[in-house]
Amino acid sequence: MSQAANTGIQERPAPAEAARPTSLSSRALPRWAPFAFAALALALGVGTGAAAGWQSHTQWGLFSALLFVVISYVTTSVVENRRQAKDRLATSIVWVCFLLAVVPLASLLWTTISRGAERLDGYFLTHSMAGVLGSEPTGGVYHALIGTLEQVGIATVISAPIGMLTAVYLVEYGKGALAKAVTFFVDVMTGIPSIVAGLFILSIMLMTKTQPSGLMGALALTILMIPVVVRSTEEMLKLVPNELREASLALGVPKWRTILKVVLPTAIGGITTGVMLAIARIAGETAPIMLLVFGSQLINPNPFQGAQSSLPFYIWEQYKVGTDQSYDRAWAAALVLIAFVMILNLVARGIARWKAPKTGR
Amino acid sequence: MASTTPIDSPPAPPVARKRAGSSSGRVGDKVFLGLSRGSGILLLVIMASIAVFLTYRASLAISENDGNFFTTFDWNPAGDPPVFGIAVLLFGTVVSSIIAMAIAVPVAVGIALFISHYAPRKLAAPLAYVVDLLAAVPSIVYGIWGALVLVPYLEGLNLWLDQFFGWTYIFEKTEVGVARSLFTVGILLAIMILPIVTSVSREVFLQVPKMNEEAALALGATRWEVIRLSVLPFGRSGVISASMLGLGRALGETMAVATVLSPSFIISGHLLNPGGGTFAQNIAAKFDEANEFGRDALIASGLVLFVLTLLVNGAARMIIARRKEYSGANA
Repeated sequence: MSQAANTGIQERPAPAEAARPTSLSSRALPRWAPFAFAALALALGVGTGAAAGWQSHTQWGLFSALLFVVISYVTTSVVENRRQAKDRLATSIVWVCFLLAVVPLASLLWTTISRGAERLDGYFLTHSMAGVLGSEPTGGVYHALIGTLEQVGIATVISAPIGMLTAVYLVEYGKGALAKAVTFFVDVMTGIPSIVAGLFILSIMLMTKTQPSGLMGALALTILMIPVVVRSTEEMLKLVPNELREASLALGVPKWRTILKVVLPTAIGGITTGVMLAIARIAGETAPIMLLVFGSQLINPNPFQGAQSSLPFYIWEQYKVGTDQSYDRAWAAALVLIAFVMILNLVARGIARWKAPKTGR
Repeated sequence: MASTTPIDSPPAPPVARKRAGSSSGRVGDKVFLGLSRGSGILLLVIMASIAVFLTYRASLAISENDGNFFTTFDWNPAGDPPVFGIAVLLFGTVVSSIIAMAIAVPVAVGIALFISHYAPRKLAAPLAYVVDLLAAVPSIVYGIWGALVLVPYLEGLNLWLDQFFGWTYIFEKTEVGVARSLFTVGILLAIMILPIVTSVSREVFLQVPKMNEEAALALGATRWEVIRLSVLPFGRSGVISASMLGLGRALGETMAVATVLSPSFIISGHLLNPGGGTFAQNIAAKFDEANEFGRDALIASGLVLFVLTLLVNGAARMIIARRKEYSGANA
């Protein structure tokens, strides 16, 4: 283990009890060693799992991961040295963390796509649930799509201007206590649970005796959306070079026109991205819709009156019905929702890259 | 000619020609400032009215409550006299969030380090991108995945935990039944908050001054030593605030808990047994059957949740704010 006691120049003197080989010329594991460890650990894990008859394959995986970490630590500390072994231990733990996290997330996406694709077709997208029993394999998501689009649309129309103006205030005018308070509360507001936003609107509804409608849901979504818009717009406005503002002001352009004609157009790409990401976030909210919009099986294109549905709420409803057919519908709707959110995300990030303000960095 | 500068400029001389004329500029400035300041104030008003309205409706319910709001193990606002309390909900919310944090934070730090320091260059950027995308998956999708895929899957793990760690009391499974327990909820919440904790931590790790890392490397440190000596100390407060943001999410998560948990109004230290409840889950579950008074009672429990998340998020933001000054001085 420590027969070759040659210490390299760049090493501090090794502790007396064991002079470990640490120099460049000391023994090192080959580059393929981690793969060999992984294969060995996997084989042992699967072997043990099969032999002991563990039912859950998760356990096989966990056991293999554990074996991998142990094998690589022990081997390295025997062949190389303790510091290298620790380094390798950290590396393998980081890799294991990553793999552990990938498994459930991949399973989530895979299940949604494979189960959702079974029912997803033109019929599903163009029919409502009117008169469909839980055990019937028909029915669709049309009414929920309309509901989601309208509620999210209303929420966007309200919160985009408010959010952008607040951001303009914070970046262009904001100094002093008010701006500080707004900044802090925007941050805090980002963390409001969606169900609390729903309860807030609900308490207003209880006091004014308002009936559930798409508008009420949209108001709750507005509360969730404003802080996201403020935050992203603020970031973007800060990226606009000051020279542009100064040049415009020096030409005698009033400040408000400078903001409208120079600052905002420069940052518009990023702002659009921020708004779209905010839309993607609120489109998946279920809780406020459950409290405020009430859900409906019928097509109700009027968001200002009567119960509506929405995609996330539809998934929840179908899940609660609890038949195989309704589970299929729930997965298909989940696929529609994820596709909607992902497309928004991808397009938004595309716009961000395409229209990024050229700050000369 | 048209000499107009921001609002606090000296009175402009009257100008005959009108191009961005002074008076219209002045008015425009005032209107615009008013609008933008107004929306800022509107935000504060919304926050304040959330607190006020929730408190008002909650007080209506609590004043009629026959049990103790904080210690009663029951939720029956429709009864005569009405009895409800948040003890079980508080327990369930805190326990499931703690489980989620205990699992998610170390793994998220691992993934963040993986992306920032370990992954091959070509892999890192797409990985970061995917993690951000995963943060956008709606919670209801996590919910049905948890209920229909994760719960059956975890049964083996539950048996195993019971078999080998049953002596720890918390992993003792005394009731037969599917894994719709607080423990499962904790695991699902951990999976849900992984992306957000990861992406915030990664941002912080990437901001570590290159100089510090290179100095450590130049002294002959291994990669792990570089991380331990320069990356983790620098990123500690960032990781703490990231975890608290995740905690805020876990506390307020509704749909994923509502789909997975089979609720009951008991407090049990046996985390693998089905039962328990959280604030948000209880609101979702009890809302449909609640009359107006019942809704007020739910609003009262929502108020507690609101205060809880407010504290957690406020603390997280303060830590971030302090760190900003630090890194600013460092840059």
